[in-house]
Amino acid sequence: MSAIIAIYRREILSYFLTPLATVFVVIFLVMLSAFTFYLGNFFETGQADLQAFFLFHPWLYLLLVPALAMRLWAEERKSGTMELLLTLPVSVGQAVVGKFLAAWTLIGLALLLTFPIWVTVSWLGNPDHGVIIASYFGSWLLAGTFLAIGSAMSATTSSQVMAFIFSLSVCLVFLLAGYPIVLSVMQSAFNQPVVDAVSSMSFFTHFNSITRGILDLRDLAFFLINGTAWLIATVLIIHLKRVG
Amino acid sequence: MIEAINLRKHYGSLLAVDDISFKARPGEVLGFLGPNGAGKSSTMRMISGYLMPSSGTAKVYGHDVMKEPLAAKNRLGYLPEGAPLYSELSTSEFLNFIARARGMNVSARRGRINITIDRLSLRDVANQTIGTLSKGYKRRVGLAAAILHEPSALILDEPTDGLDPNQKHEVRTLIRELAKERTVLLSTHILEEVEVLCSRVIIIARGKILADATPSELLAKSRYDRAVSIQVADSISARAALDGMHGVTGFEQNAIDGRLYVFTKTKLRSDEVIAERLRQRHVVFTDLRVERGRLDEVFRSMTMPESTEV
Repeated sequence: MSAIIAIYRREILSYFLTPLATVFVVIFLVMLSAFTFYLGNFFETGQADLQAFFLFHPWLYLLLVPALAMRLWAEERKSGTMELLLTLPVSVGQAVVGKFLAAWTLIGLALLLTFPIWVTVSWLGNPDHGVIIASYFGSWLLAGTFLAIGSAMSATTSSQVMAFIFSLSVCLVFLLAGYPIVLSVMQSAFNQPVVDAVSSMSFFTHFNSITRGILDLRDLAFFLINGTAWLIATVLIIHLKRVG
Repeated sequence: MIEAINLRKHYGSLLAVDDISFKARPGEVLGFLGPNGAGKSSTMRMISGYLMPSSGTAKVYGHDVMKEPLAAKNRLGYLPEGAPLYSELSTSEFLNFIARARGMNVSARRGRINITIDRLSLRDVANQTIGTLSKGYKRRVGLAAAILHEPSALILDEPTDGLDPNQKHEVRTLIRELAKERTVLLSTHILEEVEVLCSRVIIIARGKILADATPSELLAKSRYDRAVSIQVADSISARAALDGMHGVTGFEQNAIDGRLYVFTKTKLRSDEVIAERLRQRHVVFTDLRVERGRLDEVFRSMTMPESTEV
C-alpha cells in the first residue's frame, strides 16, 4: 500500500509541477461549457436537469482521456525512468494502480470543478439531485474506464503519439458500439442476440442508463469490471515487454 | 555478493547475453568492460530485476531475483544507464519519492535523505528542479537514489558516461568511497576507469565472457607490457643492431613521434640488455623506457581478434 501511495503522490506532484494539471482542467471546463451551451442548448431546453451537460461527457473523454493517459507509461519508457521505477521494490501492479489513481483523481478534480452548473440548475429550478449525483459518479466511472484503456495502450509503446492514437481508437470502438448508427447497421446484418451483445458492450448504453437516473448495479459492475480488466492488461503488457 | 548464474537473454532471434556466470564479492569493484552492444546493460538489467532472463538467474546476497524479487531489490542499489530521473521534481522531492517507494517511515526518510544529500554534496541543489541541473549533478542525484537505502550491493551502468573530466573524477572518487563496504558492479567502456576503479575486470563481447582477471593481469597480456622503447635518430641501424638478438621478437615504430618499440620474449631486465647492445654497436639513443601494458590494446585484441595487427 505504501508503494501505491508513493507512486500516487509522485504522479500528482508531477501533474501540478508541470502545466499538465492546469491545462487539462481548463481545457476540460472550457470544452464542456462550449458543448453544453452551444450544442446542448442547455438554456433553450427549459428543463431543470443536467442531461444536456452529461450528454457530451463521453465525447469529451474520448478526446481528453487518451491525451492524459498517453504519457502514463510511454513517457517512462522513453525517458528511461521505467527502469528506475521497476527496479524499486514495487510490484508492477502497484505501479499501475498508483499511476491510474493519480490520473483518475485529476479527472475527478476537473469534474468537481463543474459544480457551478449544478448550482445554476438548482437555482433556476428544482432538479433531481439523486440523478445528478449518480450521473457525476457514472461520468467518473466512464472516464476511469477510458483511462484504463489508455493506460494499457500507453504501456505498449514508447511513443506518446502512438499511445494516443491507439487508445482513442479503442475507446471509439467501445463508445460507438452502442450508438444508434452502428446498432441499426448491425440490426440489418445480424440477429437480435448479436446486436444485444454488441450493445451490451457499449460504454454509451451503460453511461446513458446511469444519467437517466436508473441506477442499475449491472451498469456500475460493467465499468468496474471493464476498467479492472484493462488495468490487468496493462500489468501483463509491461510484464511481457520485460520478458522481451 | 552479486551472483550471475548462466544468464541468457534473447531479443527475438538475437542472443544478447549468452550464458554469463560470475560472482562479485563484498569489497570488490567488478568492472564490466565491453564494446557497445556487448550485453553489459542487458546483464545488469537482468540482475537489477528490470528484465527477465530468457534462462538462468541472478542472486543478490543470496536472494534470487526471479524468486524473491523484492528481497533482492531491497539489498541492491541500481543506477540505470544515463541515470534517468523525474526531471520535473526537485532533488529532495525525488529522493523523498524513492524513500517512500522503498517503504521507509517518516524518521528513516528524513534521516537517510539528509545523510545522503550531505554525502553526495547535494545540499546546494536540494530544492532545485532536477531538469535544470548540470549533468554532473544529475548523475550524483542518480547515485544518491541508488544508495539511499544503504544497499549492500551496487550496480552502476556507465556511471561516468557523458561527463566532463572533472565530473568524471568526482564520480569516481565517490564510487571508490561507496565501494568500501559494498559489492560494486559497474560497466564502462572507458579503459582508464578500469585501472583506477576496479579490483577485477570482466571483458564481455557478443554476450560472452572473454576474460575475468585483475587489471594488472590483463595489462600483463598486452604485448607492450615491459616492452622497451627508445628514441633514436637512426632507427634502421638500431633495428639492425637488435634484430636477431636473443629474446627480441619484433619492432614497432610510432608514426607520430618516431619512438621505437622493441618487443621481447624474456621480460626480465631486457632494458639493460638492449641498452648494452646498442652501446656496443654505437647506436645513439635517448630516453629508454620500459613500457606498461596497454589496456586498450588488450581490449581490442580480445574483442576484435581478427584485427589485432593494425
